[in-house]
Amino acid sequence: MVAVRVAENLNAALHGLLDDDPTAYVLGEDVLDPYGGAFKITKGLSTRFPDRVITTPISEGALTGVAAGLALTGNTAVAEIMFGDFAALAFDQLCNFAAKSVSMYGSRLPLRMVVRCPTGGGRGYGPTHSQSLQKHFVGMPGLALYEMSPFHDNREVLAAMVDRGEPCLFFEDKILYTRPTGLSDPLFRVRRDGDLAVVDPDVPELAARPDCVIVAPGGTAHRALGAMRSLLLEEEVSCRLLVPSRLYPLDVEALLPYLGGVVLVAEEGTAGGTWGSEVAHLVHQRVWDRLRGPVRLVCSRASVIPTAAHLEREVLIDESAIHRAVREALRG
Amino acid sequence: MTETLTPAPAPATRPARLSRLADDDLALLLLIRHFERELLRLYGAGELNGTTHTCLGQEHVPVALRPLLGPGDFVFSNHRGHGHYLARFGDAHGLLAEIMGREGAVCAGVGGSQHLHRDRYLSTGVQGESLPVAAGVALHLRRTEPGALACVYIGDGTWGEGAVYEALNLAALWDLPLLVVVENNGIAQSTPTGAQLAGTVAGRAAAFGIGHHLVASADVNEIRPALEPLVARVRRGRPMVVEFRVHRLGPHSKGDDTRPPEAVRAAREHDWYARYAHDHPDHFQPLDARARALVEDVVAEVSARPPSRWSPCA
Repeated sequence: MVAVRVAENLNAALHGLLDDDPTAYVLGEDVLDPYGGAFKITKGLSTRFPDRVITTPISEGALTGVAAGLALTGNTAVAEIMFGDFAALAFDQLCNFAAKSVSMYGSRLPLRMVVRCPTGGGRGYGPTHSQSLQKHFVGMPGLALYEMSPFHDNREVLAAMVDRGEPCLFFEDKILYTRPTGLSDPLFRVRRDGDLAVVDPDVPELAARPDCVIVAPGGTAHRALGAMRSLLLEEEVSCRLLVPSRLYPLDVEALLPYLGGVVLVAEEGTAGGTWGSEVAHLVHQRVWDRLRGPVRLVCSRASVIPTAAHLEREVLIDESAIHRAVREALRG
Repeated sequence: MTETLTPAPAPATRPARLSRLADDDLALLLLIRHFERELLRLYGAGELNGTTHTCLGQEHVPVALRPLLGPGDFVFSNHRGHGHYLARFGDAHGLLAEIMGREGAVCAGVGGSQHLHRDRYLSTGVQGESLPVAAGVALHLRRTEPGALACVYIGDGTWGEGAVYEALNLAALWDLPLLVVVENNGIAQSTPTGAQLAGTVAGRAAAFGIGHHLVASADVNEIRPALEPLVARVRRGRPMVVEFRVHRLGPHSKGDDTRPPEAVRAAREHDWYARYAHDHPDHFQPLDARARALVEDVVAEVSARPPSRWSPCA
């Protein structure tokens, strides 16, 4: 049996949301059939729900504001930013309106609002269509960040974001769209503990005492898994992978039972002011005395993301970078 | 080639005689006037935290609109919004408590002067930001409560923001019941409109096929009947820009007026307050005294209240 691809799972999740919630809207650029969105995630939605799937002009600020207006009047609004890079054009609406409105009027004003951001590189789209902008939104009160993962059902994640009652950004690594959901590598097994996906070697003795724990958001998980496979087979190093669905605010307490002495955070964002440094700080505060050394950060280089494939590969994080970082961490 | 149209200068002649207002309209105008004056006094005395933007000279705009907007309509206000709030709710106590951070504040003292939310009224301090939100609200209203509208107050300076144009485009495309009220006071903080706005507001509305109506009068009895059919059209999904030519009497916020004396003098000559006192002294004086006393009572009562309470992470 062929596993469902992540894009299909997300598309089904949006169908499900519009089915289950009569106040739900999906809006964005080019989201209507037959086009169905630049990445085809909204395919079929406008045919089934013509009144609640709305195509917008190329106006990321306005479409995010419209989503906030719909949420303000009691609706559930899902906005698509065609390339997550363009969320920069909606920064004011997100930061100064939506995130503030939840609390700046003295009492809580719930907004059911999700802004979807197809994110990341590896497809040769160049410097302004390949970024992972998560770090720019970390630490904004009233704005929650989630990332799509092959180990989290998108219908559940959408429900969690909507139920949160505050604006959420949903980062969807574009590379994941065409990948299968779930775990296909027989060397490992995945289990869920609440929001957290925990991936361990399938051998119980190795799973019980991992040499290194890797924390990665959904879009980097398959690269971490690739590194874990080569580390296990070539170097007999066992790793555990932790994939939270919500990146911010991070439930660090949920991570703690799964951490060991060596911890590494892997993410695609470019170096400097990263999500990983936030994770590292939270982990240091709680379990510094249990660590063999500081949490290691692996990310893309502090650079624009080039278009040419050979240059793009030099900048973006890949499984060999994670492999190397784990080896270095274990050498101490 | 770009053609720059200079907005028509204010008429040099003394404005026409004002008609006699209904008691409630005059009382509301005076309430706003004395409220704003008291605020500037309180700031001067060091009684208030932060800043404020008074609508002195612009009070007639929300007063003229008041009966044209119903409780089902949304109002989006801006940084200069005390008059908008008072015209909608008449709640001087809650507003002053908000500005002073006292118990009974509309938003617990968190939002302050320029971030208010109550029922279907919401203000925010970033220029142009509320227009796309209002478009979303208008979309909701058009679908679920036909006949209701979203009204957004903006200034002449707001037209520098791209969000305005993105939202006007949507309003026209989607037939939204969106009423944009422009309080064109001829100055954006310290920058004269002629130095920051090419063309005209009317021309910009026309570019989207959106109707534009210019109000030069400060006479509520003249303004209101002219607006009534236009507002009714907005309710049927024809967005509209109504531009009021107004005169900002006071500073942008407090103590930051760098206009030449003649500009301030010209603004004063158009002030409805002095004009109405002149044209209708018998009507004006008792209501003016009453509004002054009322605001003094509000200040005394609210000042004596304990600080507002709020928990940052609730």
